[in-house]
Amino acid sequence: MSKSERVPVYLDYAATTPADPRVAEKMMTCLTMDGDFGNPASRSHVFGWKADDAVKEARGHVAALINADPREIVFTSGATESDNLAIKGVAHFYKKKGKHIITCKTEHKAVLDTCRQLEREGYEVTYLEVENSGFIDMKVLEDAIRKETILISIMHVNNETGVVQDIAAIGELARSKGVIFHCDAAQSAGKVEIDLEKLKIDLMSFSAHKTYGPKGVGALYVRRKPRIRIEAQMHGGGHERGMRSGTLAVHQIVGMGEAFRVAKEELVAESTRLLALRERLLNGFNDMEEIYINGDLSHHVPGLLNISFNFVEGESLIMALKDIAVSSGSACTSASLEPSYVLRALGREDELAHSSIRFSLGRFTTEADVDYTIELVRQKVEKLRELSPLWEMYKDGVDLSKVQWAAH
Amino acid sequence: MAYSDKVMDHYENPRNVGSFDKDDNAVGTGMVGAPACGDVMKLQIKVSDEGVIEDAKFKTYGCGSAIASSSLLTEWVKGKTLAQASEIKNTEIAEELALPPVKVHCSVLAEDAIKAAVEDYNSKKSS
Repeated sequence: MSKSERVPVYLDYAATTPADPRVAEKMMTCLTMDGDFGNPASRSHVFGWKADDAVKEARGHVAALINADPREIVFTSGATESDNLAIKGVAHFYKKKGKHIITCKTEHKAVLDTCRQLEREGYEVTYLEVENSGFIDMKVLEDAIRKETILISIMHVNNETGVVQDIAAIGELARSKGVIFHCDAAQSAGKVEIDLEKLKIDLMSFSAHKTYGPKGVGALYVRRKPRIRIEAQMHGGGHERGMRSGTLAVHQIVGMGEAFRVAKEELVAESTRLLALRERLLNGFNDMEEIYINGDLSHHVPGLLNISFNFVEGESLIMALKDIAVSSGSACTSASLEPSYVLRALGREDELAHSSIRFSLGRFTTEADVDYTIELVRQKVEKLRELSPLWEMYKDGVDLSKVQWAAH
Repeated sequence: MAYSDKVMDHYENPRNVGSFDKDDNAVGTGMVGAPACGDVMKLQIKVSDEGVIEDAKFKTYGCGSAIASSSLLTEWVKGKTLAQASEIKNTEIAEELALPPVKVHCSVLAEDAIKAAVEDYNSKKSS
């Protein structure tokens, strides 16, 4: 087997990315006595001013990547907090206008669970179905909008399938109906172009650690024109224009700023490179029997590939693939044995959802990594299929959908 | 999730993988589980005229613990009488493999599989 330089090979960039060395270096200048360690809110001395300058610069970089005004950026602890702040913030502020929210079944838990909480507070939430491709049908969305609808929350790029939602169209529709549109862009920032001058998005969530920045920091974009109001969820010193109190984590913010600066600089070149690597990976599997790609690759983030290897159970495959770091949806990370709710929403049968592997490539992935992965996966899938009674039945021509299974 | 060394050993070197002819009168087949639940176990036993299990084979679709449970089971049942094999408890399998609570159902499935195989063999004999 061809040797990759690094074993295990990291192919789980959609879960988190390593910080870019440029990011780590920059962060280290904001921690110690000789660096910008000050509190940006300190107005009375140079330590505070310098820290404030560092934050300003970072805010500028974050805004630049998405073509927004720096004053529209609110720093948070990550995309989960941004989602919470956006959704609860709008719901609480606009509750007199209405108490209906629209989201989608394939959203991240940070959105779904926030919506569940609002349901407990008396709001009504519509969870849209998606098509088998992973896309939302615009007609279905339009029909779901009512007089009382105050918010639509739909993600940009799905974390499990990599499908890119048509947020331009959703934005147009939302704006025309006078409904606020929040979009979770944790998986898309730095991978897909985002231009908030053009897009009619009112609130957008970002994470640093999916884009080669540090964990523990993110941002919420809050549109100024037309002005969007949100009720703060964290109260205190009135930081971030009163929307998110708490002393700014200068080193984290500076890390995110540097990460987004690099992302803007390298977006085009990196997307092209990652798309080629994904094609290489897919070509390596193409002649295998009974493989199914989850999510439509025509509108898709470049570095991600979610495949079901039928008749092989995902967790055992991941165990066999211990020399590459991949994930099987989001299910196996928890104690839950449920197959991915996202793949089920795409209409995948449970058995195919159980057999799925998400490969996510990134900045430090090489061709050698991909070649090694192809060889290893092919070998292990073959081995596990030899072990699989379902594969045997399939090969014997048994229609598995007609078998009466003894439930347990 | 951390697997015990025993699970890893059975998973990486599964014992007695394969199939017997299910129409053979000396063979009992137990197929339990469902693809939708994420595991299916097929256990087959070859039984001598004296009612002793001479050989056993399995195929399993499922997680590492399910594969290890069925692999271990094939080792255990060989040389046992049908009555002895039916007495194997899932708790013994779970204990031997040090399965975490969330994986105990794999051992339950293995116990179901041997019971189903014995039942299948007996029904063939009585018919």
